[in-house]
Amino acid sequence: MATKSKAKKKSPVKTVRRDRAPARVKSAVQRPNGRDTQHAVEQFLYRQAEILDGKRWQDYIDLFAEDGVYWMPPDPSHTTWDGMPAIFAEDRNLMTVRMKRVLHPDAWSQRPLWGTNHVVGNVVIEKESPNGDVVARSRFHMLELRRDDIRHFAGRYVHHLRKTRDGFRIKLQRVDMTNAQAAYDYVLQVWV
Amino acid sequence: MLQENVADLSKYVEPDRVRREVYTDAQIYELEMQRIHEKVWIYCGHESQVPQPGDYYTVQIGRQPMVMVRGKDRKVHVLYNRCPHRGNMICGDRHGSAGEFFRCSYHAWTFHHDGKLRSIPMMDSGYQGTRWGRDNPDCNMKPAARVAAYRGFVFASLVADGPDLVEFLGRSKIAFDDICDRSPEGEVEVVPNCFRVVQRSNWKIFLENQLDALHPSVTHQSTGRAAREVEIEIEKRTGHAPLSYHMLSAFATVTIDKWDAFQTLNYPYGHCILTGYMGLRPKDPDTLEYERVLAKAYGEKRKEEILSTNIHHVLIYPGLSVQSPLQQLRAVRPLGVDKTLTEIWHFRLKGAPEPIYRRALAYYNLVNSPSTMINADDLENFWKCHSGLASNGGDWVSFHRHYGRDLEKGGVVETGPNMGTSEAPMRNQMKAWAQYMTAEK
Repeated sequence: MATKSKAKKKSPVKTVRRDRAPARVKSAVQRPNGRDTQHAVEQFLYRQAEILDGKRWQDYIDLFAEDGVYWMPPDPSHTTWDGMPAIFAEDRNLMTVRMKRVLHPDAWSQRPLWGTNHVVGNVVIEKESPNGDVVARSRFHMLELRRDDIRHFAGRYVHHLRKTRDGFRIKLQRVDMTNAQAAYDYVLQVWV
Repeated sequence: MLQENVADLSKYVEPDRVRREVYTDAQIYELEMQRIHEKVWIYCGHESQVPQPGDYYTVQIGRQPMVMVRGKDRKVHVLYNRCPHRGNMICGDRHGSAGEFFRCSYHAWTFHHDGKLRSIPMMDSGYQGTRWGRDNPDCNMKPAARVAAYRGFVFASLVADGPDLVEFLGRSKIAFDDICDRSPEGEVEVVPNCFRVVQRSNWKIFLENQLDALHPSVTHQSTGRAAREVEIEIEKRTGHAPLSYHMLSAFATVTIDKWDAFQTLNYPYGHCILTGYMGLRPKDPDTLEYERVLAKAYGEKRKEEILSTNIHHVLIYPGLSVQSPLQQLRAVRPLGVDKTLTEIWHFRLKGAPEPIYRRALAYYNLVNSPSTMINADDLENFWKCHSGLASNGGDWVSFHRHYGRDLEKGGVVETGPNMGTSEAPMRNQMKAWAQYMTAEK
């Protein structure tokens, strides 16, 4: 109480500064490169969510490195997409087919009202290489509305990000959906 | 009781058209389950799904929850997934291992893999003087009336009467011969992954679409064109695009006028074949190496026979669609009058080079997975079909295309030259449907 009343006498700016001070002390949970990487990766993931929800398909494909892959395994035990059954295992070429399909005026199943809302959180930097490449895991929740039906997809992302002059590019985005093994009521038309 | 509520079913089907209630009426659906799915041979799974004694997969036959299990005798058994005590399902998971024996989770009754009662806790004191006990067959898990396998593909029938499996399959058994013969060892092995996709439509709408050669260039043109554009782009850049692009672009490059060049073959019991159109025999080094392996196993002449088998789809009515040249199948499980589950599997050709498996895998992932760019538009159409059939805007579904021009030889209807888009397969399926549905009085 004493501190509080003391603070009142001082200017508000100073009070804020003092309150912030303890956060500058390195805590055990902070990674060597700390907040900058954490912040940059989080911003990248939030932007990715916005791009998907905004149906900006080319922008999404452009988040991927030239050799980047979008992978959704049917089973969390899978360690590679190569030569394995996969819900998605798409390089930029296949992603382009998917984009061109949904943008085609005669993609009948794209006609109805359709939209998604992604929320990304629990972002953990798993590994940061000296060259700035990052492996990050996070959790996502996607709500999808199609016609009058709502579906939920949720699970874990693992992003292998390459640091470039223009920011991060995805080398591999692994998507382990908690409901990957459940029966699909209809299909997944685009990336989750 | 049910029968009294449904008018004479023979009036619902004419050779060239079908009443809409056949797809939408819940009572007719219940009768279908009784008279078709719970009687005829239904695909349960492949023997390699249950390699070890105790391994099981649950499977729905009509409305019946069943379990396919490998016994200690190495035989594959198909049992009702039900404890004879209080009706508890024995296997609650989709698949797994029962171990040495089945054990009910409710009161610990145990059963051998063939369904025979093994033990009841305190059986002697608890059941002394009752009619329940080890000698009463009603204390066993009830087996399917008939179980049979053809080249490793297991079927069950829930009634004792009727044609045996080979007679039932008739010429449609070429689906399994074509899958297996393409292996230099004559055998396939399941890839342990099942994609499951639900369609909000009657089960027959899916089956009728399987051999509908008019729909691909309409329904799938968006995907076909998108794939073709990217295929051309890759060809320009690298000189060669992977076969998987062709699998998708063929839906557009085979234009609507070309589909008549293909043929459908229509057999008794509603089975049908659509001949091949994808040209899956390129002259690349992988294929040539595979052909060498096959020739070594079978000789040149037999190899040619095997590789020139001209099939795209085999439909085994009422519940299985097989794409034998790509070693995959879709089992159709009706869940309700307007809800249908497809279980999608693919197989590895034993002894064939890895790139040939990769070809099947590419098709499985691109066309048959839950992210399918092909079935996305099919399922949309199925739902619209089913919903439209609720309308009073018309009573009949039309199967008139090329009607009256079918060539019938010994019970087999072959579409005539340049009539590949004939609705003969739909007419054939409904003919079988009417036979099944009106057989029981």
